[in-house]
This record gives sequence, C-alpha cells and structure tokens, in this order.
Amino acid sequence: MSKVEILTLAPPSAEYAEWLARERRNRLTIRGTQLALLLIFLILWEVLPRAQIVNPLFTSYPSALWPTFLELLKSTPQSAGILTHAWATVLATIIGFTAAMLIGIAIAAALWWWRSLHDVLDPYLVVANAMPKTAFVPIFYIWLGATLSIYGMSLAISLFVTILMIYNGFQGTDPNKIKLAQTFGATKSQILAKVVLPGSVPTLIAALKVNVGLSLVGVVVGEFQSANLGLGYLIQYGSQIFKLNIVMTAITILAIVSSLMYLAISWLEAVVMRRR
Amino acid sequence: MERPPGAAEPKVELRNVGLRYFGREGETEALRDISLAIAPGEFVAIIGQSGCGKSTLLSLISGILGPTSGDVLIDGTPVAGPSRKVGYMLQQDYLFEWRTILENAVLGAEIQGADMTRARERATQLLTRYGLGQFLGHRPRQLSGGMRQRVALARTLVTGPDIVLLDEPFSALDSQTRLALSDEIAEILRREAKTAILVTHDIGEAIGMAERVVVLSRRPGQIKSDRPIRFATPDGRRPAPFAARNAPEFNGYFNTLWQELEVHVEG
Repeated sequence: MSKVEILTLAPPSAEYAEWLARERRNRLTIRGTQLALLLIFLILWEVLPRAQIVNPLFTSYPSALWPTFLELLKSTPQSAGILTHAWATVLATIIGFTAAMLIGIAIAAALWWWRSLHDVLDPYLVVANAMPKTAFVPIFYIWLGATLSIYGMSLAISLFVTILMIYNGFQGTDPNKIKLAQTFGATKSQILAKVVLPGSVPTLIAALKVNVGLSLVGVVVGEFQSANLGLGYLIQYGSQIFKLNIVMTAITILAIVSSLMYLAISWLEAVVMRRR
Repeated sequence: MERPPGAAEPKVELRNVGLRYFGREGETEALRDISLAIAPGEFVAIIGQSGCGKSTLLSLISGILGPTSGDVLIDGTPVAGPSRKVGYMLQQDYLFEWRTILENAVLGAEIQGADMTRARERATQLLTRYGLGQFLGHRPRQLSGGMRQRVALARTLVTGPDIVLLDEPFSALDSQTRLALSDEIAEILRREAKTAILVTHDIGEAIGMAERVVVLSRRPGQIKSDRPIRFATPDGRRPAPFAARNAPEFNGYFNTLWQELEVHVEG
C-alpha cells in the first residue's frame, strides 16, 4: 500500500546498502563530534584552573563537582539536601509553565473571540512581552511574598510570549476550514472547539517548548531574591560565601534538569504529531 | 430541463439579488440583479471568469453570506443562515489532518448535532461505495487528491442535503483524476436526485456535467445567458461527462459559451 512496504519487500541493492552505510557513518560522526566538544570543554575546565591559568577560586573544576554533590546530598538542620532544592525548582517550573499555558490559551481564545479586544490590547501585549520582566523581581517579592513571587516571576516571564504565540496560531487557522465548518452551520464555539483548537496543536507544543525554558529562568531569578530553597537560592548562597563548588554543582544540575524537561516535551511532540 | 408552466415551485430561487463587499479601500459590487430559478433535481452549471462572483453566488445560496439586496429562497422560504438542505463542496477537500477519514466524513453531522451512530453508518456506507472502505481509519495525508475529494463528497452527503453546491471541486486535481471524478460525482448526484449547482471556469466541465449552463459577466456579475444543454442519445439518457465531450453537440455549445465568456488573455 505505501512506498515503505515496497522498499522493504524488494531486496536492497548494493547502492542502497552503501547509501545506508554512509548515512550511518554521518550520524555517528556527528554524535562523536558532539561528545568530543563536551569532553574538550570539560578538560579545559579541569586543566586551566589546575595549571593556574585561570583562578580556580572563580571557576572550580569538574572533578570537584561530584564530591560537592555527594556532600550537598546530605541535609543538615540548617540546610536542605540538594535534591530537595532541585525538586523545589522543578516543581515551581512545572507550576509556572502549566499556569502560563492554561492562562495563555484562555486569553488567546478570548482575543480570538473578540477581535476588538485584541485590537485594543495588542500594543500593550507587545510592550509587556518586550519588557525585561526580571526588573519586577524585587517588587513581586514585596507584593506576593517569598513563595508566590517565584511563581509570579515564572508566569510573568512566560505568559506574554505564550499569549502572542498561541493567538498567532489561532489566527493562522485556514479560513477555508472555518468556512467549511460554517457551511454546516457551526457556531463560534464549535469553530473554536472543532477547528481552531485542534488545528493549533503544533503551535501549542511550540509554545510549551519556549515556555519550559522561560519558566525555569523565571523560577531561578525569583529564587535569587526570595527563596531559602531551590537551585537559584543555592547559587546565590554559594556565591555569597564564595564557594564556587556549590554554584557550579547547582548550575550543572540546572543544565541537566532543563535538558530533561526539553527531552520530555520533544517526546510529547513526537507522540502527538505521529497521530496526525 | 426547462420548467413547464405551473410546475412545482423552484428548489432554489434568487430574486434580483445584489451583493456588495465593503472594504477600507472602497466598496466592490460583486453581483448585480441576479434572478435565477432552479428546479428540484436540476443540475446547473454557472461559469464565468475568475473574480466574477460565482463563488459568492454559492455563498449566498448556502446562507453563510446574506445579499445586500434582493432575496434568496430555498423551497420558497428566504434563506437566513446555513441550512441543512444545502451541502457545500469547496474548491479543495479541506479535510482536517487531525481526524481520520471516517471522523472527517461525519464532521457535518457532528456540528449539526445529528445522531452519530447513524451518521457513522451512513458515512461508512458512502465511503465504501466510493471505494474507500479500507481507509476509514487512515489519516487524510495517506490518501491521494482524488480519494480526498471523494471523502469531501461523502462529508457533504452524510448530512443528507437536497441541494449540493460545488465550487470548482476539481480545480486542485490533475486532469485525469479530474475527468474521472467529475463523471463519478455527476453520476452520484443524478442517482440520488440532488439539485446541484456547479461553479466552474472550465467550459467543457460545465457542458459535460450540467443540463443547464448560466454564464456570468465580469464584475459586477450579471447573468449574461442561460441555456439548456441537450444531447441526442439513442437511449434518450444524458451521456456521462466524459462521453459528452465526444458528442456532436459538444463543440457547438463550447464555441457559443466561449464567445459569451469574452475570454481575454491578459499580460
């Protein structure tokens, strides 16, 4: 039925086998180069401070991270374990981007529903999106208190771009698909539910991808100011007492966390798009 | 098929219909003083050059657009919004890529809040008849253009309309598929005794499929001519669109309509 079946049924020609081998070699070369780059980075990070070319006080080194990590795992009466810190950051990020998605979809739908509302609010949304939201960290701390200000910052950073992206996705719905629904007498809410929303799923996933990164930024910046828990707090604390080992360990965990969340979204994207 | 005097009221009637579009750059008169009566079961083609308002005419009959002046009537009742009596086939299939073939075919029934079990049964029956029985669970992208347009026909017919509007439904297809499919669709619509209105700029397609061809002038669209298309066949039945192209009458009709269209090649 499909082309793929025909290909697999026919015995592969020598040229095809060669092409496959070349493709495979290319893929391996790229993976290898990626790993090599990471290794070079780690080696330079390890060697330069040890050779006193850069001050180890400022950079720490990779081999110091693991012992620091093990040490930070233990929670003391004064301080929580590093996994508790990481979990606090992850949880706040999840709450942040979930809220940004839900509120963003609701607001984008309202803007789609009432065209004039969009026309009125459009310049404000654009400016709000362009504003450096981190300027509000101290104010949010005053307004919302220690915990809520972190969620608030996460939401503030990701919400406006979410609204703009999703609204553009809604607006980009093929007008002929809407016309088709109208020929069957569809109401506005049916058009939204059966045409606009399902048609915008790729946009929603793109928005989610952007969101996860931005929410994490918001949470970490919020934690700098107000938290006594979370990786942002740990970074702040470590730099204040000049223990770069702690800072670098926290940043490394942050890198791992954001990679994992990005992978999770990519997996979700693959699952959703395969069904289309 | 001309309406004998005193026959049943027309299925679709336009009385002095005019339509103007408003835009910031000014207003555009798309249609002017269109009067047209179409009998039940009649297959009418409307031809005209691009931009002459032929598609607008269908939008008026389907009720997704209201006339600026005049009246549009279906079964003698003025049209006030999309009616279940009317099915509309657009220029392309516009199948929803996130729905399966069967789910696409029942879209209209779903929007109209019909009995979904019966709609699914009817859709399955239609799709099977159109040779798509094994593709019910497939996604639109797995189908060819001709198959997709057949799904669009099933989607239109599942809701059981009396009147089917066809807006250049074959324009996105390659020429072989186009000929085969126009035969097929004309045959289906005749067998189900639907009143059909086909909009096209393809003269051959109009003569082949319809028993009456209306020519619209350039903007603002006005009716320029309205003529029956008849073929002398041994069994007295209308030939299929493809066979009609070989009938002796075909060229005569073609030349007349060509002249009436006043085709100017520009550029």
